[in-house]
Amino acid sequence: MTAYNFAYLDEATKRMLRRAILKAVAIPGYQVPFSSREMPMPYGWGTGGVQVTAACLVPEDTLKVIDQGADDTTNAVSIRKFFQRVADVAVTERTAQASIIQTRHRIPETPLIAGQILVFQVPIPEPLRFLEPREVETRVMHALEDYGLMQVRLYEDIARHGEIARAYAYPVRVEGRYIMDPSPIPKFDNPKLNNSPALQLFGAGRECRIYALPPFTRVESLDFDDYPFSATKAAGQSCALCGSTVSYLDEVITDDAGGRMFVCSDTDYCAARVAAGSTEDAA
Amino acid sequence: MSAHLTAGFIDPARDGARAFRQVLDAMAHPGRIVTLDGPQGPAPCSPAAASVLLTLADATTPLHLAGAHDAAALRDWVAFHLGAPLVGPADAVFALGTWDALGPLAAYPQGSAEYPDRSATLIVEMDALDTDGARLTGPGIETQAFLSLPDVGALADNAARFPLGLDVLFTCGPRLAALPRSTKIGGC
Repeated sequence: MTAYNFAYLDEATKRMLRRAILKAVAIPGYQVPFSSREMPMPYGWGTGGVQVTAACLVPEDTLKVIDQGADDTTNAVSIRKFFQRVADVAVTERTAQASIIQTRHRIPETPLIAGQILVFQVPIPEPLRFLEPREVETRVMHALEDYGLMQVRLYEDIARHGEIARAYAYPVRVEGRYIMDPSPIPKFDNPKLNNSPALQLFGAGRECRIYALPPFTRVESLDFDDYPFSATKAAGQSCALCGSTVSYLDEVITDDAGGRMFVCSDTDYCAARVAAGSTEDAA
Repeated sequence: MSAHLTAGFIDPARDGARAFRQVLDAMAHPGRIVTLDGPQGPAPCSPAAASVLLTLADATTPLHLAGAHDAAALRDWVAFHLGAPLVGPADAVFALGTWDALGPLAAYPQGSAEYPDRSATLIVEMDALDTDGARLTGPGIETQAFLSLPDVGALADNAARFPLGLDVLFTCGPRLAALPRSTKIGGC
């Protein structure tokens, strides 16, 4: 522990990260470039989120780390242990007890509260990247609010599939200005981005971008008047463990004969309901 | 060197982290007043402004000291603790002074359409800082907030330039409040 500076990074790096985070909060949805560092984990394992978390952590924090909703998967466990070792912070698996939650691709089912910080790990922060590969061009598109291409993309989905066929990383408009990639969360989670009492920070390590949603920020999922956005999940299924019909479900293959079950993606939410003896529908 | 050089953070990593969380809390909740129990800077720099500079400024962030803050004691303190180059308003990443000394907002970098983050952050030293005065709405504010602003007209013009514009930290003794460019001022 004492072999490392608090929260691993050196102070000059943290000052750089902190300046970027403040500008990101001041311009909701805009991607602030930052000088991403090598971290002791590969790109794709949350280096951006780890740097944002390291810049925000104080010794009094209680940290929760989830990977696809689960506290007990490799990515979550290794990042949680990393910060226990380099920042000596308390950790928890309970959403309600955490002051900082670093997440890969989910927003917890338990509603976030004021004072909490949710840190997203982002692989590709630019929502226009697969429509326009040149960074110089996407910058101009954001500057001019030239978002017609994205609407065409969604329209083409409707023309080909009869609906907007994006199940995750569903683009949003922030405060009526910037189009933002919410990271690869399922579109089921998109409504939780809107008007959240918690501060939401997004870190993309490989792509060197930080962006943010301050609390109580208007976040709208892109859609059309006649094809409105809907936050879908596995239809007609309930969790095989806790019985919830309102949580986001993972499909788990149980044998080689096609057996399967649906369980909550959010392990803390599910375990708390099982512990409470609930197999009824959650409110 | 001067005999009046005061200390910086006792424990830079942890003190800086705590100070940043207070500033982040303020920036994420425009109009909210937080307290920075940091070290004293040389007069006329407030403790809150000293903590902000120690947390965010360094040799990579040109700093403009305006008016009475452009004093030998503070220049020595900046040179020793931050190493920030001292510059005029047009090149500043951070600027420190009273509202009147800082002068017209147009003198500072406003960011560009492609890079609106490349704008200055002003640290405005106030005689008083209260949660009454101009009405604030926008991101970070659930319904409305109020803050004693020095010049509602100039700051409303700044907000109207969103996504360009300056972000402002108001300091008074150990207390600090933030006004990012995203905050709408006035109205009802």
